[in-house]
Amino acid sequence: MAESAQSAVGGDERVKEISPLRQALIRPELGGMVGTVAVFTFFLLFAFDSGMFTSQGVMNWSVVSAQFMIIAVGACLLMIAGEFDLSVGSMIGFAGMMIAIFSVTLSWPVWIAIMVTFVLCVSIGALNGFIVVRTGLPSFIVTLAFLFILRGFTIFLPQTIERKTIIGGIRDVAEGDWLASVFGGKIGQGFFAWLGDNGIIETFERGTREGQPVVDGIPMLIIWAIVLIIFGHVLLTKTKFGNWIFASGGDAEAARNSGVPVNRVKVLMFMFTAFCATVFATCQVMEFGSAGADRGLLKEFEAIIAVVIGGALLTGGYGSVIGAALGALIFGVVQQGLFFAGVESSLFRVFLGMILLGAVILNTYIRRIITGER
Amino acid sequence: MTEDTNFHHGDVQGQDPIIRMIDIEKHFGSVIALAGVSFDLKPGECHCLLGDNGAGKSTFIKTMSGVHKPTAGEIIFEDKPMHFEDPRDAIEAGIATVHQHLAMIPLMSVSRNFFMGNEPTRKVAGISFFDKKLADEITMEEMRKMGINLRGPDQAVGTLSGGERQTVAIARAVHFGAKILILDEPTSALGVRQTSNVLATIDKVRSQGVGVVFISHNVRHALAVGDRFTVLNRGKTLGTAKRGEISPEELQDLMAGGQELAQLEGSLGGTV
Repeated sequence: MAESAQSAVGGDERVKEISPLRQALIRPELGGMVGTVAVFTFFLLFAFDSGMFTSQGVMNWSVVSAQFMIIAVGACLLMIAGEFDLSVGSMIGFAGMMIAIFSVTLSWPVWIAIMVTFVLCVSIGALNGFIVVRTGLPSFIVTLAFLFILRGFTIFLPQTIERKTIIGGIRDVAEGDWLASVFGGKIGQGFFAWLGDNGIIETFERGTREGQPVVDGIPMLIIWAIVLIIFGHVLLTKTKFGNWIFASGGDAEAARNSGVPVNRVKVLMFMFTAFCATVFATCQVMEFGSAGADRGLLKEFEAIIAVVIGGALLTGGYGSVIGAALGALIFGVVQQGLFFAGVESSLFRVFLGMILLGAVILNTYIRRIITGER
Repeated sequence: MTEDTNFHHGDVQGQDPIIRMIDIEKHFGSVIALAGVSFDLKPGECHCLLGDNGAGKSTFIKTMSGVHKPTAGEIIFEDKPMHFEDPRDAIEAGIATVHQHLAMIPLMSVSRNFFMGNEPTRKVAGISFFDKKLADEITMEEMRKMGINLRGPDQAVGTLSGGERQTVAIARAVHFGAKILILDEPTSALGVRQTSNVLATIDKVRSQGVGVVFISHNVRHALAVGDRFTVLNRGKTLGTAKRGEISPEELQDLMAGGQELAQLEGSLGGTV
């Protein structure tokens, strides 16, 4: 970023040179990068033999990380635009339940069920955003209301219709559906079979699947995560709209004075967050073959934590999608790594709280460097 | 302060005004904020609008920049009557306002701020991308013209001083084709050195043919760059004076709108 146009300046005795360390510090991804290296070093040293770095182990934490990444991308762009969405977790539960009700209870084709659910959820995201920009209320309050509203419906609807809170049987109806496989399928089976045949990855040694690789393909969930990260990163850093996202979160009034359509940017980001939550829900429903009323609980906080670990400021206007993705990776690796290492899983929460606190303190310090506040 | 400053003042004789505001009145319900204010601005001049707090300066410039619609009176812009529906109309016509606050976003880089809302784009494979390279080059060029040395186009605006931020905002407005630049109290929160930077910027902008409306209640700052001075008091024009026709004391007196200040000044020994 810093290589261009620097030579053009003659130099000014009033402008102090800043050290490369400080220059690196103001990159939002720094915390995420350091954290990723630290976490991998730690588990490579202490849990290498636990199976965490076998092909199955890698796939295990990759899938968990990818789940966090999908919702973190949406939460990241929204946070940079200066808003929060606390309804992400409820939206995941709601979207999954809607797909189940449409496809199983109402027997719609699965692809229609998925599409209608996307339209419905993105519209709810737009409603969230619309209420926030119209009333000027903090998004914290508005989306907190939707956290309860959506969760309430997610429990109420299946109980009223099916007299239960988990709707199963989605795998059967989704069999052979083209859109379902975009969320629940796997790709690269041939490549993984080849890896297995050549002894690069483990294969099953007995049973009906003898000779087949333990990991037989990359789940679409991971592909979605990668696509969304690339999309989010390019949108934020390489487009006009990305500049508007930064501007809307940095100072909405100044952005408006310069002709940035702040309200439109914010509403679109709420819609994108809802879209990401629905992608998450659809992948999850296709993987489990069922929708449960308690799905997605606390996901909104996990998304926000991943974004903050990734260097975004809670106050908006600053952050990075790559950073958020690294935050999600740290999250996934630690959660699964502690499991592999045989550490009591409740300690994960302790770790989470501590890393969140550390990240926020670091971010505040970084902000002071950027803005020159004292 | 004497009239002799190191700024070259615009030659404003014989030019037609770009904008003429004739007998502008603005009422807010029963409150008469402006009771017939006339004002004009020629290209390449700096016309100072002076007045104490509550004199109607802000209402008047908001009328000029399209925020308020006048209750009565006429705005003639480039020889045509103009009716601005909203600030966007005024901006498109070439009337830019630089606010003291709310102009720059501290967390964003100078070049991102400079092009905020007017980003240059470049098409790659049918998708339009923000042309950051071009934006950086133009920003560095414009900043150099204004005499600000940046560490690089990625330097955050937060690291600039208040005066430099004003200068970036002014340079931005001029770059995007402002014919009239309204500066709302640009120096009121600045230190001595920063103030002189902003005043020098105004001088540079004026020499490019842009008309500058400089709002202030500081007579010294106004006299340093102004070509003409209009004093507002209680929603009325108290008259317009050319440079050299009026002394700082007279201006100060007009602004205060009375004799009290003259007496006060006497007792304070001319320090107000």
